[in-house]
Amino acid sequence: MRRWVSGLLLLCAILPALAGGRLARADEIDDAIAGFAGNFAEVEQAIGALAATDDAVAPKILEALADGRLRIGPDHSLYIEDAKGALVEARTGAAADPPGKLKPVKVNNRVRRAVEAAMGQLTLLSPDPGQRMNAADTLFRSPDPGRLPALEQALAEETDARVKALLEQARAAILLMVPETPDADKIAAVETLAARGDQAARVLLGTAAEKSSGEIAAAANAALKSIDRELAFWSGVQSVYYGLSLGSVLLLAAIGLAITFGVMGVINMAHGEMVMLGAYTTFVVQDLIRNAAPGLFDYSLLIALPLAFLVAGAAGVAIERGIIRFLYGRPLETLLATFGLSLVLQQAVRSVFGPSNREVGNPSWMSGAVDVGGLVLTYNRLWIIVFSMMVFALLILLLRKTALGLQMRAVTQNRRMAASMGIRTDAVDSLTFGLGSGVAGVAGVALSQIENVSPNLGQSYIIDSFMVVVFGGVGNLWGTLVGAVSLGIANKLLEPVAGAVLGKIAVLILLVLFIQRRPRGLFPIKGRAVET
Amino acid sequence: MISARLGLYGSLLVAAVPLALTIAVGLLSLLPADSALHVPGYVVTLLGKYLAYALLALSVDLVWGYVGILSLGHGAFFALGGYAMGMYLMRQIGTRGVYGDPVLPDFMVFLNWQELPWYWYGFDHFAFAALMIVLVPGALAFVFGYLAFRSRVSGVYLSIITQALTFALMLAFFRNDMGFGGNNGLTDFKDLLGANLQAGSTKAGLLIATGAFLSFFFLVCRHLTQSRFGKVLIAIRDAESRTRFLGYRVERYKLLVFTFSAMMAGIGGALYVPQIGIINPSEFEPANSIEAVIWVAVGGRGTLVGSMVGAVIVNFAKTVLTGTFPEIWLFVLGGLFIFVTLFMPRGIVGLFTGLRTWRSQPAKVRKQLTGRALEAGE
Repeated sequence: MRRWVSGLLLLCAILPALAGGRLARADEIDDAIAGFAGNFAEVEQAIGALAATDDAVAPKILEALADGRLRIGPDHSLYIEDAKGALVEARTGAAADPPGKLKPVKVNNRVRRAVEAAMGQLTLLSPDPGQRMNAADTLFRSPDPGRLPALEQALAEETDARVKALLEQARAAILLMVPETPDADKIAAVETLAARGDQAARVLLGTAAEKSSGEIAAAANAALKSIDRELAFWSGVQSVYYGLSLGSVLLLAAIGLAITFGVMGVINMAHGEMVMLGAYTTFVVQDLIRNAAPGLFDYSLLIALPLAFLVAGAAGVAIERGIIRFLYGRPLETLLATFGLSLVLQQAVRSVFGPSNREVGNPSWMSGAVDVGGLVLTYNRLWIIVFSMMVFALLILLLRKTALGLQMRAVTQNRRMAASMGIRTDAVDSLTFGLGSGVAGVAGVALSQIENVSPNLGQSYIIDSFMVVVFGGVGNLWGTLVGAVSLGIANKLLEPVAGAVLGKIAVLILLVLFIQRRPRGLFPIKGRAVET
Repeated sequence: MISARLGLYGSLLVAAVPLALTIAVGLLSLLPADSALHVPGYVVTLLGKYLAYALLALSVDLVWGYVGILSLGHGAFFALGGYAMGMYLMRQIGTRGVYGDPVLPDFMVFLNWQELPWYWYGFDHFAFAALMIVLVPGALAFVFGYLAFRSRVSGVYLSIITQALTFALMLAFFRNDMGFGGNNGLTDFKDLLGANLQAGSTKAGLLIATGAFLSFFFLVCRHLTQSRFGKVLIAIRDAESRTRFLGYRVERYKLLVFTFSAMMAGIGGALYVPQIGIINPSEFEPANSIEAVIWVAVGGRGTLVGSMVGAVIVNFAKTVLTGTFPEIWLFVLGGLFIFVTLFMPRGIVGLFTGLRTWRSQPAKVRKQLTGRALEAGE
C-alpha cells in the first residue's frame, strides 16, 4: 500500500515536469510552424527552428515541404497531403478537415537548400551509423554555420571512428566559413580538410584561400597544393591502370598476330575477325546457357574459352590450308587475300547474327569494382589483365618447352635450314596459324566482357594490334608484351592531356618516328635470315 | 610489260579512250532530254566518279606495280586533294550559305568561330587551291616517304604504316576543331570557277576534264615506266638490294615516285569532289585505300591500263550490286580479293595477253611470270 502511495506521489511529481518539458517544446514547434506562413526568408528561419526542436514531426514536415506536399491553411496551421491526395494535420498526424482554402507552401532554391541541410542535421543523431555518415556528408557538402552547435553535440556523442572523421571534416568546413573562428582553429580546419584530400575538400579550401589572408591563406594554399599533388598522383595511377588494361587487351589481340607474322612472315588481315569469332562464340554459349541451364551462367566464360579457341583455331587452319598456303613468298598478296576474307567473314556474321550489337553478360565474379586508395578497379578489367598474363605465360611455355615450340622457333629463325633439318615446315605453318587464330578467339572472349559484340569488333583493334607488332618486333613474345603495355599506357596517359583522338594520333606519329630508329621493332631477331 | 607490248601507238590509242569517251558522253548529255541519244545526268556523274577512281588506281599501280610499294594509304592523298578542292568550293559559296556569312563557311558559323583559320587563307583563289591540291598530298607523301624509305621500311611493314597514316588522318578529320567540317565534311557547293555545279554543262565539262587528266597521266606514267628511269624502278621492285649495290640511290627513286603518285591521287580527289558534291572524313577510311589496291589487282598490276580498267569494272559492279543486292556486295568484294590473288595474279589484262602462254609454260617459268616480282619483298 505504501508503495502504491509513494508511486502515485512520484508520478504526481514527475508528470508536471514531463508535461512542462513537452509543453516548452510544443511551443517551439508551434512557433516554428507559424513561420511557414511568412516570406521565403521567414520560411528558411522556420525550417532551422523546426529542425532545432528535434521533434519527430520535424522530418515529416520538411520532407513534405521538399516534395511540395505541404499546405498551409488560413489559420496558419500546416497540413500534409499524402501521395493519394488525403490531408493530415502536420502537427498531430490526424486526418484533417481544414477550415478553409489551403495554399501550398512555396519553395525556392534557398528554401530547398535549407531543407536539405536541416534534414542532414536531423539525421546526425540517428541510431543508424550509415544515416549518420550520410548526414555528416550532406553537412560537409553544404556547410551551414547555424548548425555548428548540433554538430558539436553529435561529435561529442559519436563513437564510430569513420562517422567521427566525417563529422570532423564537416565541422572543419563550417569553421572555415565563419569569419569569427579563431585563426588557430581555422588552421586546424585546413589541416583536417587537407587530410581528406578530395575534389570537394579542394573546392572548400579554394574559397578559404581566396577569402582569408595571411597565415590562413598560406596554410590553405599549401593544403591546396598538396591536394593537387595527391589528386594528380591518383589520376596518374588511374591512367596507368587503364593503360595496363588497354595494354593487356592489345596484348591478347596482337600476340597471335605476332606469332603468325614471326613464323610465317604473313600478315593476317583477318586476324581481327578471329577475335570477333571468339566473341560471337561467347555470345552463342551464353545464349544456350540462358535457355538450357541458367544455373551455369557464372561458368559461361570458362565454357566459352576452349570453344572459342577451337572455333577460331579451326578457322585459322582452314584459312591457312585454303588460301595462305598458295601465297607463300608473296606477303603483299597474302595481305590482300586475307583482307578480302575479313570482309567475307564480317558480312557472314552480319547476315547470321544481324548488324546490331549483341549483348554478352558479365558473370557475377566479373562485375563490380573495388576501391584501392583513390583508385577504382573494375573487376572485369582486373580479370582481363590477369587473364592476358596467363595466356602470355602459357604461350611462352609452349614456345620454350614443347617440341612444337622448338620447331616454330626454328622456322622463324631460318625456314630453309629448319626444313633441311627435317622439320615439316608446312605442318608447322598450319599449326602456327591455328594457334595464332585460336589465341585471337580467346582474346574475343575477353573482349566480349568490355566491348560491344558486333561484326566490326575485330576491326577496331586490328590497326592497334599491327602497331603493337611493328613496335615490339616479331618473333619475340616479350617484345609484344612490352609493345602492347607501353602503347596502352602511352595512349591512356596522353588521353587526359591531348584528348582521346589527338592522343591516338600522337602515338601513331611517335611510332612512325620510332621506326626511324629501329625499323625492325624493339626486339628484332638477330641473324641473317631477317636481312634477306 | 603490257604497256610495252602496246607500243607507242597502242598507248596513244588507250590514252585516247577516256578522253573520247568523256567527250562523247559529256556532249550527249547536253542534248535535249527527249532526244534518243540523250545521256541522263546520273550517268555523267557515275562515269566521272569511276574515272576519278581510275586516276587513283593509276597512282596506286605506279607505286605498287612498278616499285613494289604496297601503299594502303593512297586514299588519304586522294581525300586530301579532295579537301583542298572542297575548301575552294566552300569559299565560293560566299553569302549563299544558310547563315549568309560572307567569309566563314556555314559549319564554322555553326561552331561559333569568329574568324577564318589561317590554313583557309588563299583558298578563295582557284590557282592557290589548285596548287594545294598537288602540294599538300605531295608534301605529306614526301615527308612520310622520306622517313620510311630512309630507314628502309619495306614490305608489309610499310603497308601497315601507310594504313596507320590514313587511319590517323581519318581520326583527325573527324574532329570538329580541326576546322574541316568534322563529321559532315564539306558540302553544299555552289559553283566552280563561276560555273554552277548543278548545271548540265558544268557536269559535262568536269567529266571531260576528268577524262583529259586521266589520259594525260596515263601517258605520263607510261613515259615514266618506259624510260630508263622506269627500268630502274622495275629493278628496285624485283631486286632492291641488288639495285642498291649497283649504285642506284634506291631511296630517292622510291621517294620521287611515291610523291608523284600521291600528287596524282590528290588530283583524282580534286576531280571527284565537285562531281560528287561532298567530301567527308570517311574518304580516309583504311578500307577505301585497300579497295583501290584491289581495283589494280583485278585489272592487272603493273600494266597501267589494267588499273584503269579494274577501277571502272569493280566500281560499276559495286554500283549495280549495292543497288540490287546490298547484302552480297561485301561477299563479292571479299571474294574478289581472294580469287584475284589466288587465281588471277596478273588480273584481267593478264588474262587477255598471257593466259595461253602462261598455261603452256613449264612450272618454273610460270612462277617467274606470276610471282617473281614479289619474291623481292620477302
